[in-house]
Amino acid sequence: MKYLGIETQKPKIAIFDFTSCEGCQLQLVNKEETLADFLAAVEVVNFREASSARSDDYDIAFIEGAVSRNDEVKRLTAIREKAKVLVALGTCACFGGVNKLKNEFEMKDINRDVYGKNPKETLWVRSVGEVVKVDLEIPGCPVSKNEVEAIVRHVILGAPFTFPVYPVCVECKQRFTSCLMEKGQLCLGPITRGGCNAPCSVGGTGCWGCRGPATDPNYDSFFAVTADRGFSKEDVAERMGFYGTFQEVQNR
Amino acid sequence: MKINLNVDVHHLTRIEGHGNIKVKVENGEVKDARWDVIETPRFFEAMLKNKHYTTAGILAARICGICSISHSLCSITATERAFGVAVPLPAEKLRLLAKHGETLQSHVLHVLFLAAPDFFAEPSVIPLIEKRPDVVAIALRLKGFANRLCDAVAGRTTHPVTFQVGGVTAAPTKKDLLAYKAEMEGLLADLTAVAELVATLEIPDFVRETEFVSLKGDTDYPFIGVKVGSSDGVFKDSMDYLSITNEYVDPENTSKWTKLSRESYAVGALARVNNNYALLRPEAVKVAEALKLSPVCHNPFMNNVAQVVESVHAAYEIIRLIDELLESDLGHLMGDVTPKAGEGVGAVEAPRGILFHHYDYDDTGRIIKANCVVPTTQNNANIHLDIRSFARQFAVKGMTDARMELLCSMLVRSYDPCLSCSVH
Repeated sequence: MKYLGIETQKPKIAIFDFTSCEGCQLQLVNKEETLADFLAAVEVVNFREASSARSDDYDIAFIEGAVSRNDEVKRLTAIREKAKVLVALGTCACFGGVNKLKNEFEMKDINRDVYGKNPKETLWVRSVGEVVKVDLEIPGCPVSKNEVEAIVRHVILGAPFTFPVYPVCVECKQRFTSCLMEKGQLCLGPITRGGCNAPCSVGGTGCWGCRGPATDPNYDSFFAVTADRGFSKEDVAERMGFYGTFQEVQNR
Repeated sequence: MKINLNVDVHHLTRIEGHGNIKVKVENGEVKDARWDVIETPRFFEAMLKNKHYTTAGILAARICGICSISHSLCSITATERAFGVAVPLPAEKLRLLAKHGETLQSHVLHVLFLAAPDFFAEPSVIPLIEKRPDVVAIALRLKGFANRLCDAVAGRTTHPVTFQVGGVTAAPTKKDLLAYKAEMEGLLADLTAVAELVATLEIPDFVRETEFVSLKGDTDYPFIGVKVGSSDGVFKDSMDYLSITNEYVDPENTSKWTKLSRESYAVGALARVNNNYALLRPEAVKVAEALKLSPVCHNPFMNNVAQVVESVHAAYEIIRLIDELLESDLGHLMGDVTPKAGEGVGAVEAPRGILFHHYDYDDTGRIIKANCVVPTTQNNANIHLDIRSFARQFAVKGMTDARMELLCSMLVRSYDPCLSCSVH
C-alpha cells in the first residue's frame, strides 16, 4: 500500500481462533470490493482458517473467541509471548460473549446433559483479557469489517484510532429508523457503543449490546426509561447479560 | 518393497475449526488412520435452556459464523412448529431468498477460497490473487453479491437480524430486489466460468460406499422442510430425527458421531444432489452432466462438484424468488405468535448438510430442553472411515508422506467441515 507515493510499512499479522463461531474471522475475508487491497496492505503469516502457510514470526496477533479449556490458556499465553501487539477480535474475545451464558450453570451438570457418561474438559468461560494482557479490543458480534479496515489503516499509517464515543442511537437515527422503544421493544441502543451502523435496530430486532458500553453511558436514565415503558428489571438484566458486555451494571 | 507412511496433521488448515489427521502405514499395512475433532466444546444446548423464544434464534445463530442464517432459520422454524405459528408466504419467500444467498456465498467460499488452492498447489487464495486474478475476481464478485443480498434480506449475513418467530421484521424495497435480480442475471456467466474451471481440476478417483441423508423434496429441491430421506431407503418425518441421527460419543472426539443404516452416513451438497437429483433446476442438471456428477455418487471429493451444481441451482432460484416477491404484498410479514407448551423440530439444509433444532417449551415461551444435531457432527464418523479406507486404497508403491498428507487433507476439506458447529 502506498500513501502520497510513499510505501507504507506492512505489518505481519496472524489470526487465531479460540472458543467461538469463527464468524469474526470470516468478516476478514468479506467486504469483497476492498479485500484484495486489504490483503495487500498487510502480510498474513498465520491464518489457519484460510491458509496452510504458518509462521510464528508476527507483529500483530488477532485473537478471536473466548477461553474455555486449559490448552487454550497455554496456546494464548504462547501467542502473547510472541506477539508485539495482541488484539481481541470480536465480542467473545473482548467480553466472553454469549459463551459466558454457560457460566450460569454447573460445569458438571451441563457436561452430563450434553456428553452423558463421557464428560469433556471444560472451564468457566473467560475473555482474552482475563487471561493475558490485551493491547486493543475490537468489539462486535460479529466485528464490523469497515471498522477493522479503519483500525488496520491507522496502524499502518501510525495514527491512533479512536472508537466512537456515542451510542448506537446516533447511527440508528442517521439511518432514519423509528425508535424501537417507541414501538414497545426493548433496545440497548442508548447505552451501547456505536460504530456498527445499527444493523440490528434497523432490521427490527433492537440492540443487544454486543459492542459493550458507550463512553460514559447514562445508565440511570436508561433504567428509568425502560421501567417507565414497562420492562421488568429481570428482562433488562437478561438482555444486558446476553453478551456479557455490561457485567458491572447489569444487576443494578 | 513394502511401503511405510507417517502422516500427522495437527490442526488441519483451510477448514472451520480444529481437527487432526493421523495415518500410519508399516510394511504396507495400515496401523492407524484417524480423523479426530478436538475443537473446544461450547455447550449451546445448555445455554439455550430457560431462554425466551424471542432470544433462542439470536443465540442459536451464534453456533456458526458461516451458516448463521441456517441456524437462525432452523431455530425459529422449531419454535414456530412448537407454537403452531402460520408464517405469511412472502416472509417465507424472503427467508428462502436469504437461504439461497447463504448457500451461494458458502459454496463459493469453500470451492474457490478453501478447496481450490490445493488444486493450484498454493497454501491459500492469497498467492492466487496474482497468479489467477481471473479466478479470484470471479470468486469475489459472486461471494460479494451473495453477502450483499443476505445483508439486504436478513439484515446481516453473519448473524441475521430480521428473522424472528412469526416471520421477518424488515424487507428490502422492490426497487432493491429488482437491482439484485439484474445483478444475479449478470453473474450467471461467472458461474459458468466456475463450472468450466472445476471441469479442469483433477478430482482424486476414490470411492467408498456410504449412506446419504438429506431432506427429501416433493416438488422442489429442499432447503427448509419436514421429510427426511436416505439413499439406503429410509424415509422419516423430521420429528423422528433422533432415530435418524443416533448420536453417540467417541472418547477421542469432542464432536459426537452419528449412524443410521451403516457404520456412518454423509450429509451435505453431495447427499442432497444424490437424494434429490430429479428436483434440480435444468440449468443445474446441465452443469452436473458436464461435470460427470450423477446419482448415487460415492466419491466424497465430488462434494466440491455438487457445491458448484447447487450454486447454479441457487442462482436461478434467487431470480425466480425475486420475480415472485415483486408480485407479492411485502406489507404483511409477521404472523401471530402465541407461546404454548410443547415441542417442535426444525429441519434445514445448511450448506454443509441437514441441521436439526429441537426445543421443548413451557407455557410462558421459555425453553425447557434443547437439542441440536448439526451437519458436520453427522459427517465426522463418515470422514473418519473415509480416511481409513483411503489409506488402505492409496498406501501403494510411489506414495509419499507429503502426497498422502495432501490427499487426506483434501479429502477432509471436500466435506467443507465446520467443526465449531460440530461441538456446539
